[in-house]
Amino acid sequence: MRHTDRQSDSSLSPALASDPRFTAVERTLKQYQYRPDALIEVLHVAQEAFGYLSDELMDHVARQLKVPLSRVYGVATFYHFFSLEPQGEHSCVVCTGTACYVKRSGEIVKRLEGEFGVKAGNTTADGKLTLSTVRCLGSCGLAPVVVLDGEIAGRNTPDSAAAAAHHLVAEGKPEKKPVAERPRRRGRRGGTP
Amino acid sequence: MIPSDLRAMAEQERERQEGFRCRIMVCAGTPCLSAGADVVLETLRQGIAEGGLDAEIESVATGCMGPCSRGPLVKVRSRGKEIVYERVTSESARQILFSVVKGRRPPTVSPLPPDLPFLARQERVVLANSGSVNPERIEEYVAAGGYEALSHALHEMTPDDVCREVSLSGLRGRGGAGYPTGVKWSLARKAPGERKYVVANGDEGDPGAYMDRSIMESDPHRVLEGMALAGYAIGAEQGFIYVRGEYHLAGRRLEGAIRDAERKGLLGSRVLGSNFNFRIDIRTGAGAFVCGEETSLMASIMGKRGQPWHRPPYPAQKGLWGNPTLINNVETFAAVPAVVGRGAEWFAAIGTPKSRGTKVYALCGQVEIAGLIEVPMGTTLREVVYEIGGGIPSGKRFKAAQSGGPSGGCIPASYLDTPLDYESMERIGTIMGSGGLIIMDETSCMPDVASFFLDFCRDESCGKCAPCRVGTVEMHRLLRRITSGTATMDDLVKLEELCELVGTTSLCGLGMTAPNPVLSTLRYFRDEYVDHIRQRRCTAGVCTIAENPAPGAEGEALLHAMGVPGEVE
Repeated sequence: MRHTDRQSDSSLSPALASDPRFTAVERTLKQYQYRPDALIEVLHVAQEAFGYLSDELMDHVARQLKVPLSRVYGVATFYHFFSLEPQGEHSCVVCTGTACYVKRSGEIVKRLEGEFGVKAGNTTADGKLTLSTVRCLGSCGLAPVVVLDGEIAGRNTPDSAAAAAHHLVAEGKPEKKPVAERPRRRGRRGGTP
Repeated sequence: MIPSDLRAMAEQERERQEGFRCRIMVCAGTPCLSAGADVVLETLRQGIAEGGLDAEIESVATGCMGPCSRGPLVKVRSRGKEIVYERVTSESARQILFSVVKGRRPPTVSPLPPDLPFLARQERVVLANSGSVNPERIEEYVAAGGYEALSHALHEMTPDDVCREVSLSGLRGRGGAGYPTGVKWSLARKAPGERKYVVANGDEGDPGAYMDRSIMESDPHRVLEGMALAGYAIGAEQGFIYVRGEYHLAGRRLEGAIRDAERKGLLGSRVLGSNFNFRIDIRTGAGAFVCGEETSLMASIMGKRGQPWHRPPYPAQKGLWGNPTLINNVETFAAVPAVVGRGAEWFAAIGTPKSRGTKVYALCGQVEIAGLIEVPMGTTLREVVYEIGGGIPSGKRFKAAQSGGPSGGCIPASYLDTPLDYESMERIGTIMGSGGLIIMDETSCMPDVASFFLDFCRDESCGKCAPCRVGTVEMHRLLRRITSGTATMDDLVKLEELCELVGTTSLCGLGMTAPNPVLSTLRYFRDEYVDHIRQRRCTAGVCTIAENPAPGAEGEALLHAMGVPGEVE
């Protein structure tokens, strides 16, 4: 009856406890037998389910794994992957790895920051778009790379990236470039579609 | 499963494959997928189904074929011959299929020349299967000779034999430092401890490097087999693969591979009918460059912040939960099945006397063909850039090659003939690192590149030790002053002093190597630094030099306070 004990000492709000997304977190906790070393794995699942790590979620995980909340907070803030803020409806991630940097991805970031009036790492005021940067996605052959809602788009220019991001926000889904229209070798890269 | 079952499985799969007239392989590595390989594969599958060709032609999603910038790639293998097509679209995929059926050349798509140096000049050991087997089917790996080495080791070799074989092969750590793998294994083997662990480092934080991801994606079983061999050699029953958080596809394929291997009795308890038990679990990274450092990585596996601790004791003596732990890079483990399977002598015959075997590089940046290559150790940089990579595009001049990521340095044009091996690279002030090679032409500004790497290290410093935490911030600030034209020659002196200080006093590899990009660019491109400071000029035209002359200390403080963009982060 170890499991029920743990449930009872949690100060989980009814809203969260009855949230269907919560079952994934509970399953992972159980799968790892509430071992403290599963903390990062549990946080991964929690973030995937909820989109970010709320205070209540972190508190719950801390109690379940019997680790201090400070440690959960410490881990959640140490790693770039975790976010303590709700994310925007859509995401636009610009790769700033070396290959992308050499091909001027910095200009893309500046352009997007200007277009959407938001600093990289933040969400627009209307909650539509989260703009962020990442250290190398390993798609260096396609540099510079921008990821829109999980769809990788390579060989970007500031213009093409801004156009694609606007399209994403307006249409609600990333634009799927027809493969046939990809630029051929030595052709002009990107360009506004 | 016992060894004879393994052979039967391989035989059966080979027969199955030979039953097809033709196998059409589509690269399903991350770069090709993002270029549209999934659409190509779908088109091919549709075409095959529509034509009722299922019995004759098989379409296979494979791992990385190499020239990533030319993706999506399609390889047609029939009657022992292979043809590779680049930049395939769904339109040209139909043409390719048509040509296979009719036995004619496709009307508008032309294949890559069979002697294209990018493909022909490579020597593939670790990447032997990648691009020709389906990473999601264990049978294909087994048919290609997979798990033979493990079977051989478990039934015909003692753990000591395996360690000795790895030592004799001269294999060195492919993660960066180049520590002799055999020595590490022997240390872990001899270390007293009830439980031991094997850890594969698949964190790969170096920007511009993606060898490990490709290996995990393209040939996951090779990594598992290497880890199992290590487990047998050192006496461990549990292994962990630490996969970088961004590598979803690699994680998924590894998970599937572990499940399949367990189901077939190639992992788990009583592996291949022997007394050896070995389990492998995946741990997902969460985005911290410092976790590539072995002690940080172990902290992360144990669910903590990825902060390093002081060595010695080394992980081989005291690692995960205080037990002896063997940590190697994914690429190192992937080389082990070849070492044990084909023998140490065979492996040692490749490469240079001190750096044996082959090395996988991620060639990218300003180069005609970017992608993944595997060449013998000691291949010169010129061969890699000009022959394999096809030279610098748009008739520009080669300026430098950055190797080893933020821990490495730049190789200038005058050293193009340097052989790429551990010793030679160290001699010219850089490192092999994990194998990222970023080629830069004259449009790159070296102080700016150094500033980029320092920005990276500053951002990624875990904050545990002061030299790294404070030093990288200050170094980055000085570099920013240089690139914005507000620095004085004193700043350059200060920068050099800091390089020395941070390098010698930091706790872990991140801080110790953070000054390398600065030191190596200063060594070969000092003029550019001086130009920025004295002439307030950026020859490459990358840096925006401030309009007004350098403000004094007070003026700068004022600028800080006013939050002038570009000066302070």
